[in-house]
Amino acid sequence: MATRAAELTTSEIVQRALRRKRIDLAGQIFQVLLLLALLISLLFLVVLLFDIVSKAIPTFQERGADVVTGTVSSLPERAGVSQGISGSLFLVAFVVVIAFPLGVGAAIYLEEYAADTRLNRFINTNVRNLAGVPSVVYGLLGLALFVKLFGSFTGGRSVMSAGITMAILVLPIVIITSAEALRAVPNSIREAGYGVGATKWEVIRSHVLPNAAPGILTGTVLSLSRAIGETAPLLMVGAVSGFFAVNAEGLIDRLQSQFTALPVLVYNWSRQPDPGFRQDLVPAAIVVLLVLTLSANAIAILLRNRYDRKW
Amino acid sequence: MSQASPREVSLQDLQGSPKRIRRERAFRGLFFGAAFFSIVISAAIVFSLFGEALTFLRNVDLSALIDVEGGWFPRRGRFDVITIITGTVLVSLIAMVVAAPLGLGAALYLSEYARPRVRRALKPILEVLASIPSVVLGYFALAWLSPNIMQALCSQPTSFSLGAAGIAVGILITPLVASVAEDSFRSVPMALREASYGMGARKRSTVTSIVFPAAVSGVVASLILGFSRAIGETMVVAIAAGATGGSLFTVDTCGPGQTMTAAMTSLAIGSDQVRGQEGTFESLFFVGLVLFFMTLALNLLSERFVRRVRLRY
Repeated sequence: MATRAAELTTSEIVQRALRRKRIDLAGQIFQVLLLLALLISLLFLVVLLFDIVSKAIPTFQERGADVVTGTVSSLPERAGVSQGISGSLFLVAFVVVIAFPLGVGAAIYLEEYAADTRLNRFINTNVRNLAGVPSVVYGLLGLALFVKLFGSFTGGRSVMSAGITMAILVLPIVIITSAEALRAVPNSIREAGYGVGATKWEVIRSHVLPNAAPGILTGTVLSLSRAIGETAPLLMVGAVSGFFAVNAEGLIDRLQSQFTALPVLVYNWSRQPDPGFRQDLVPAAIVVLLVLTLSANAIAILLRNRYDRKW
Repeated sequence: MSQASPREVSLQDLQGSPKRIRRERAFRGLFFGAAFFSIVISAAIVFSLFGEALTFLRNVDLSALIDVEGGWFPRRGRFDVITIITGTVLVSLIAMVVAAPLGLGAALYLSEYARPRVRRALKPILEVLASIPSVVLGYFALAWLSPNIMQALCSQPTSFSLGAAGIAVGILITPLVASVAEDSFRSVPMALREASYGMGARKRSTVTSIVFPAAVSGVVASLILGFSRAIGETMVVAIAAGATGGSLFTVDTCGPGQTMTAAMTSLAIGSDQVRGQEGTFESLFFVGLVLFFMTLALNLLSERFVRRVRLRY
């Protein structure tokens, strides 16, 4: 080494270094591997969608809209998902009525009012932990509280019990996304409001909320998609998976009566030994479910891109 | 400027109307009530789980809780928690084997290599994957992964298996791992990368020996969070892992097995028929309580790691 180095002058060494091949092969391979990781995840998505849609198409061709409008039946060639859709829409309504106002209110408190006290820090940590509680545990809460304890009010294993459970399940998501949206509103906007003599609530109502509204809306729509797709808590509070009839008169009766939901039908039918359910009907029901959840997500992503604002 | 008649400004003028103050207080109270409700929910979860779980523990012979020979057959009074915890851990480990390389690789690519336009196009697709309901992935595990992937991996493939469920759970948590990890890679300051390039380092050495170590707390946090989500995942294992009634202790990932969450769903579905056996129904809450504390511990741990990244940069 020493003798070879002695033969080369400094300028020769520099020249060699500069002429060296620049392509970093190991680096290129590394980059391709990383891209591959991303593409494999996307490939799973494509395979999943393709597999399900290709199995669902024959069912839809054979039966047309009958799959969507039909009711629960023990015969796979007559069963449809209409009761599942209406059940899921009831759940969505509960989320909108309960989780939306509570969640936005809590977010307003945490972002706009809360001083850095021990209680407020605890509330903050608590909300984040609630967001990580498995959905099946919320189902147990619903079972113990709304089905058993308040059963005379909710009607036991009813759409009301499930709806309240679902609203509580998505509440932390609504709080966290709304709080993020409120945090993104710059302080100068608030100060402008205070500068003209507005009180705190007036500033929030007239300045902060309108600016945070798109972000809050995005979070809410995402939580709706979660409420449509979530299954485990519904099984806990006792969604009906077989045949049932609703002969409810008014709205209260309807809320206190038995129910099923779209993902519960998917779960139940995929466990049936009859291939008519497992191979023909389930893919069709999944397509209906995916149309609902994915369109909710698409709306949320569009909203975010449309109103994404840099201050 | 017209001359306004000079009038004494009293203290009352500066105080604002009592009506306005009352309204302020009312709204503040309302919002505080909404925020406080989250604590009520936590308390309700803990109390409802504890109440029924205690009933279970009082009624059941405590030695039955660890009885590896007996397995988990709640309807026959055999409650070996080791069996279902092993099933849960196996499924979650398989899920991590899938999700860790895919999620971290995707996160590094999105944050370090992808051009802004590519990133804007690819990221929403990951979000779509994240929004697929778990019941759909459960069906996918049973109808596609099991015949196509598990067939190739196992010598004696069965249609229900812990392996297929684990892979599907892995696909489910990949977007979560990717998104938390990407956030922490992106929070590494540009100056660190530029200093590395200034020393003559190449892109790959910068990524592997500067960006990755700087964000390692966030990476750990993303993996813990993914694991916690995998433990609590219910529908995929309920559909694809098999063993609805119960299961003997097993570590065979090619065969069916029972996890904590799947055990809970099968108990809940049949809860009207199982009243006869002492403690069967309440065991549902006991398993729920164990699950609750396992995920809570993991979530708190992951939060500590996330905070470490935030404090550093």
